[in-house]
Amino acid sequence: MGVVFHLGKPHASFAHSIKAGHSERRPGTKGPRVLIILPPMNDPIYLDHAATTRVSPSVAATMMRALGDEYGNPSSRHPLGSNASASIEEARRAVASSLGTRSEGVLFTSGGTEANNLAVIGFARALRRGKPGTPSGHILIGPTEHPSIRASAASLTEEGFEVEVMQLARSDKRGSLDIVDAAARMREDTVFVAQMLVNNEYGTRYDIARLSRAIAARAPKAHLHVDAVQALGKIELDPAGLVDRAVSSSFSLSAHKIHGPKGVGALVLSNACLDAKRLPLPIIHGGGQQGDVRPGTENVPGIMGFGAAIAAATHDFEATGKALVTARKALESALTEFVPGVRVLIPWSDDQTATMAPQVVSILVPGAPSEVWLHHLEELGVYASAGSACQAKKHELSPALLALGLTSEEARRVLRFSFSSSTTAEDCTEAARRMASVSSALAHL
Amino acid sequence: MKTPIYLDYQATTPVDARVLEAMLPYFTEHFGNAASRNHPFGWKAEEAVDTAREEVAKLIGSSSKEVVFTSGSTEAINLALKGAVEMYGDSDHGKVKGRHIITSLVEHKAVLDVCKHLEKNGCDVTYLTPDKTGRVSVEQIAEAMREDTLMVALIWGNNEIGTINPIREIGALCHEKDVLFFVDGTQAVGKIPVDVYADNIDLMCLSAHKMYGPKGVGALFVRRRQPRVRLVSQIDGGGHERGMRSGTLNVPSLVGFGEACRLCRENLEKEMAHTTGLRVRLEARIRASLDEVHLNGNADHLLPGCLNLSFAYVEGESLLMGINNSLAVSSGSACTSASLEPSHVLRAMGVGDDLAHSSIRFGIGRNTTEEEVDFAADRIIETVKRLRDLSPLYEMALEGIDLSSVEWAGH
Repeated sequence: MGVVFHLGKPHASFAHSIKAGHSERRPGTKGPRVLIILPPMNDPIYLDHAATTRVSPSVAATMMRALGDEYGNPSSRHPLGSNASASIEEARRAVASSLGTRSEGVLFTSGGTEANNLAVIGFARALRRGKPGTPSGHILIGPTEHPSIRASAASLTEEGFEVEVMQLARSDKRGSLDIVDAAARMREDTVFVAQMLVNNEYGTRYDIARLSRAIAARAPKAHLHVDAVQALGKIELDPAGLVDRAVSSSFSLSAHKIHGPKGVGALVLSNACLDAKRLPLPIIHGGGQQGDVRPGTENVPGIMGFGAAIAAATHDFEATGKALVTARKALESALTEFVPGVRVLIPWSDDQTATMAPQVVSILVPGAPSEVWLHHLEELGVYASAGSACQAKKHELSPALLALGLTSEEARRVLRFSFSSSTTAEDCTEAARRMASVSSALAHL
Repeated sequence: MKTPIYLDYQATTPVDARVLEAMLPYFTEHFGNAASRNHPFGWKAEEAVDTAREEVAKLIGSSSKEVVFTSGSTEAINLALKGAVEMYGDSDHGKVKGRHIITSLVEHKAVLDVCKHLEKNGCDVTYLTPDKTGRVSVEQIAEAMREDTLMVALIWGNNEIGTINPIREIGALCHEKDVLFFVDGTQAVGKIPVDVYADNIDLMCLSAHKMYGPKGVGALFVRRRQPRVRLVSQIDGGGHERGMRSGTLNVPSLVGFGEACRLCRENLEKEMAHTTGLRVRLEARIRASLDEVHLNGNADHLLPGCLNLSFAYVEGESLLMGINNSLAVSSGSACTSASLEPSHVLRAMGVGDDLAHSSIRFGIGRNTTEEEVDFAADRIIETVKRLRDLSPLYEMALEGIDLSSVEWAGH
């Protein structure tokens, strides 16, 4: 075993000197923290699966076909083209069957962001009321939506739409949607409602079923769009089960969050949406592919990879769910044990599984801002993030954290850990141990 | 030799083995999100995207800051045209240029469809008819220009017939008149020399899968100086690509795109010579055995690897059926070939429906060999001869009857 020494008054540079170690409380001691410097244990622990995931070998193998010999353009009429087209349709069926929808409702896009833009702008325009110059209609979006929903909805105000943001329930600390308030905001001219299924920062699982019943009662002509990017592969996504059957709905998905490739996603229209003959107006024009709703030469390898990834990710929710809960619990308990002053924003609770998803957890850290913590964690081989990768670039405070009631000072001290089914309890415990090795230094910054 | 012989390089190209090799580590090893700022997976991804961006920039003579990555050419075209109209077409964003767009009837469907959409939204679009080789002249553009002309949008190398437009000259005119110049470079970039500054281009789309890179990625060149072009983004959220195009970057495919650009840049002259040589060989071999073969395109201004021929007195569908097992070729562009409508490009050039229906586009590329080209020519010759032997029209033509003077009896 390595050097053992006492930690007196910690200071920031100290953290650098111990980056190769991890900390442990000596059994039976309550006194000052003891750090045990062990041989380097810096095998990276990737806990940023909400940002992106590793492409699984079987997905990569599927893609290699299209990146190799099966390179045809699906619109070409020779066999190389029709084979590519058949591969795309196979992937379309895989996506549809994992959601229990019909394959003609699956529109492949370049990812979740484009799918969200297509849903918001495409459906709002398709359902626009009145003539140019008169009010176009009322839109409701969730309080914690991804920037792609917020920004595209904001752009619609220039087209005469009125955009309103729903709110979280003030009464509970678990970040649930205030559906009574949402219902009260619904109007006869509400044409579109967007609400994510699983929060990408702290894992709240929103009650889409109840929201959709409110829509059915108060704004039955409105279309409900569900950003399911963080939910895909983790919980069953069946519009027929999640959404009131009277409500037309759509779901946006992204392949790279489920060990599929980047650059491909889908907007999936529910059967109710198809039965109502509702299609979003295109936001990209030209070429005629995918019924002209989303033209452009299809990303054949990406789509094939998506098909393989979604089939793998959705075949055993029970096992995936168990693995995620195990990882989540291990992290929370290790953090509580090893890292003083940390508060889990929404702690896991076995009787709250209907309102929370295990795969993403946010914690409030003491002392230093999240950027500093992340820097030190990174040096210790623990890879996490502060909020979503999309926000990371912009240094803006997360509206989702503020909506949860955090002060802006607190919102700067939030770390996000996110898991995939491959994350083990050992990874999580080890991550917490490594975090402990810098915690006393950073807590007092 | 493996059949069918692939001669459809304008529809798509195989991913070059070197491109694929460059991509592979980014699927499973360096799999980070380029927007992740806090760990090496993110940094490695961002670095890879930066390198790719530099390679794209080098190939087209721009700076890397002028390259906006998209999901392909179609999206890039949408961003360029709609983004410019929204930025400059009305008073919302300050400088007003106008809402008149000049384009041509032989553009790719993506440009035409976007123009149609813009017309519904208050734009005025002039569709120029090209000459019978499919080329648009500087004079035509000059004549069509108005006070309120916002943009000229033209294809560089035509995807169906390979005709190359006089881009540099038209660009000079646009700059003289303070009109934005958008070029659809999808078929030209990587195949002929491209230098966006020397060629006076403001906006240009390109696509990886037309140049031995993967499908699902492309780029838009957006000029940053003299003039600095600004666009209203079309896909919002997250603010990637300097706010012009949001969405998690497709890192492995962009790595492939960059490598594809590098290979095109380093081998440009060699490949131009290779594909031009094969194109000339193919045409000569066909013409040596067949008469009444018409070139659709401009013999003096043709993409190196594109040859579009019409075979008179032959029915197009029968011709395609006859060669389908041995040759992978297209009639018309891939995006429109699912319909039996004659190609809008050939129509605009004044090619009659019969000749348009019997047109075949031969796309020659990096991997095409002399042996393949000879084989293709022989299959074409064989099939056309067989079909003409069955054709009363060809027989009449051989006898010197002017078919246009024949009065056909109705049924």
